[in-house]
Amino acid sequence: MNNILQIVWLIPILPLIGFIINGLGRNNLSKTLSGLIGSGVILASFIISVYVFLSVKEGNTHLIHYFEFINTVSLNVHFDFQIDQLSSLFLLIITGVGFLIHVYSTSYMHEEPTKDFAKYFAYLNLFVFSMLLLVMGGNYIIMFIGWEGVGLCSYLLIGFWFKNNEYTNAAKKAFIMNRIGDLGFLLAVFWLLSKLGSADFHQVFDNVAKLTSFDIGGITLLLFVGATGKSAQIPLYTWLPDAMAGPTPVSALIHAATMVTAGIYMIARSNILFTMAPLTQAIISIIGISTALLAATIALKQNDIKKVLAYSTVSQLGYMFVGLGVGAYTGAVFHVMTHAFFKALLFLGAGSVIHAMGGEQDMRNMGGLKKYMSITHITFLLGCLAIAGMPPFSGFFSKDEILAAAFAHQPILWIAGVVGALLTAFYMFRLYAMTFHGQFRGTHDQQHHLHESPAAITIPLVILAILAVVGGWIGIPEVFMHGGHRLEAFLEPIFEKSNHIAVKHELSHATEYTLMAVSVGGALIALLFAWNKFSKYQKAEINETGIGKVIANKWYVDELYDKVIVQPLQSLATFFNQVIEKNIIDGLVNGVGKAVHYGSRQIRLLQSGLVGTYILLMVIGMLILFIIQLFL
Amino acid sequence: MPVYYYIFLAVALFSIGVIGVLIRRNAIIIFMCVELMLNAANLLLVAFSKMHHQVLMKTNPTAASDAQVFVFFIMVVAAAEVSVGLAIIVMMYRNTHSVDVNFLNRLKN
Repeated sequence: MNNILQIVWLIPILPLIGFIINGLGRNNLSKTLSGLIGSGVILASFIISVYVFLSVKEGNTHLIHYFEFINTVSLNVHFDFQIDQLSSLFLLIITGVGFLIHVYSTSYMHEEPTKDFAKYFAYLNLFVFSMLLLVMGGNYIIMFIGWEGVGLCSYLLIGFWFKNNEYTNAAKKAFIMNRIGDLGFLLAVFWLLSKLGSADFHQVFDNVAKLTSFDIGGITLLLFVGATGKSAQIPLYTWLPDAMAGPTPVSALIHAATMVTAGIYMIARSNILFTMAPLTQAIISIIGISTALLAATIALKQNDIKKVLAYSTVSQLGYMFVGLGVGAYTGAVFHVMTHAFFKALLFLGAGSVIHAMGGEQDMRNMGGLKKYMSITHITFLLGCLAIAGMPPFSGFFSKDEILAAAFAHQPILWIAGVVGALLTAFYMFRLYAMTFHGQFRGTHDQQHHLHESPAAITIPLVILAILAVVGGWIGIPEVFMHGGHRLEAFLEPIFEKSNHIAVKHELSHATEYTLMAVSVGGALIALLFAWNKFSKYQKAEINETGIGKVIANKWYVDELYDKVIVQPLQSLATFFNQVIEKNIIDGLVNGVGKAVHYGSRQIRLLQSGLVGTYILLMVIGMLILFIIQLFL
Repeated sequence: MPVYYYIFLAVALFSIGVIGVLIRRNAIIIFMCVELMLNAANLLLVAFSKMHHQVLMKTNPTAASDAQVFVFFIMVVAAAEVSVGLAIIVMMYRNTHSVDVNFLNRLKN
């Protein structure tokens, strides 16, 4: 198995090669060729990842050293790849789901001009490369390179149709929000470097006892700020719904396989630090549950099919953070995995719908699509059931694990979590019913155009649907089957230290059954309610009032940010531009110029050319010298 | 004869020269005034030389007043200067049909 570790470096390098070929050859490559290269390199990475995963599963974990990245007296950063249970699992998710999204894109983006098509695949490959670097990095610095690369690629892809001003604004918003989080991450790394002199994972985690509790609290809080930026938590979540501006497969890539899972991965990787900072954990779980509820309520009133999915991602990420906050690291990682399957499925399904509707994204204009697109319909339904947490679909197991851990930790968290789960079931089935059932409400042209998508779109959907159904079975809770939670056993070495420190809460089997029954029953009721309400949906102008209006306007969070942060900054900038810049800085510079100009104009008058004046001046000068000589 | 008589005379001559240079515009008059200043200086040199000689005579009867030779140097230089200056004035007259120095302000550009 050792020879496999010698080719580990190919996993990130292959997408990079794909990026370079597609990026440089975008004018010369045909669509088929760039699609093949773009998807092929990811497939190759996936195959190597599978081998690596199998090797790790046998217990071979490695820290592979390549070269010195930064080499100074007091600071040594190695270019290392960390191959262990956590990173190999993420490698599988990223390359596997990423590959399906690439295949899907070859068909979805087919109407783009050839040049843009190749550019799109170049960006996509770069995105996967950055994410792989993030996951494989053996220290925080390498992780940060990937972390920044992911931010850049999200900017490039969200603003892919850059001729639309609104889309570029969304891209900029994503980039800036991410930068705010990145600053937190960077500060945390500096703090670690100043206290421990190293950012290597194993060194940091081995020497964690040397840090004071204040240091750990500060570092973990700053890391969490980084995670809120990347993983779209309050207060930095607003970029993710706007990221819908990009092509739909990009949304799937950002929401499912890459990018937003970076924050979860980073915290799961640093689990020992977080376990030793109970205050930070409490903050994480509060932020997580608030995000889950806030985003779920917003999703209730959205009419754009992608917006609903976007808010559901924010909400599901909130659950993952609750899991991290209560110390259920395995649950959080498990939910990342199942979420990657069903959210990629839902987004790609939504993309298929949008494709069939000729770019229409408003659910009010859809309806009855079940007749026209049977594969999309069935796979989408499976995805909805999975995200709603219906047994035995994957979402049930992962969400249940997080909720059970939350209950053991703090029952209020569990209650809020169940409310969130009910909302999730409600808005997902509202989405499903409005899209696939009832009467078709679009234009006649659209109805004529409706068709099932080609195989390159439906095959990834089918594969993802299978994964969304069976993906949860690797983490069957103890109550159902002894030793059923194979993921927990697999990830045990990563979270070993944390599990030693953390207080174990054991729930009795009866309690666990009750919890499951309550959440599943509740979700089922919400689901049927939504089904009942929206399956016969008729288009009608509804004027929202009261709380409904607030929710439809996303709690006015964007407006609040605009008022509190953007506008004061802009007025400050205007003040600096109009007053400080124009009057003081410009005045100073121009004043020096004017003074010299004026002075020289005056002195020039002395050179009159009149000999008499010269002589007079000379005599006066002589007299002055004379007086100085005689009297001073 | 006390030496300050000569000093007063020299200062008077020099002042007349300076004032002449300053207020007259005729190049020839200015030239003459310059000569006046030169000769005022010459006069002073001679007077001081003589005074110095008399002081030396009291201790050394054979002392000579060689310093007066200096005056001849100045005269030679002055003569040379006059020839150049006059030539300039002649050329100036040929060009401008005037000996007014204020015409020369065209040189400034």
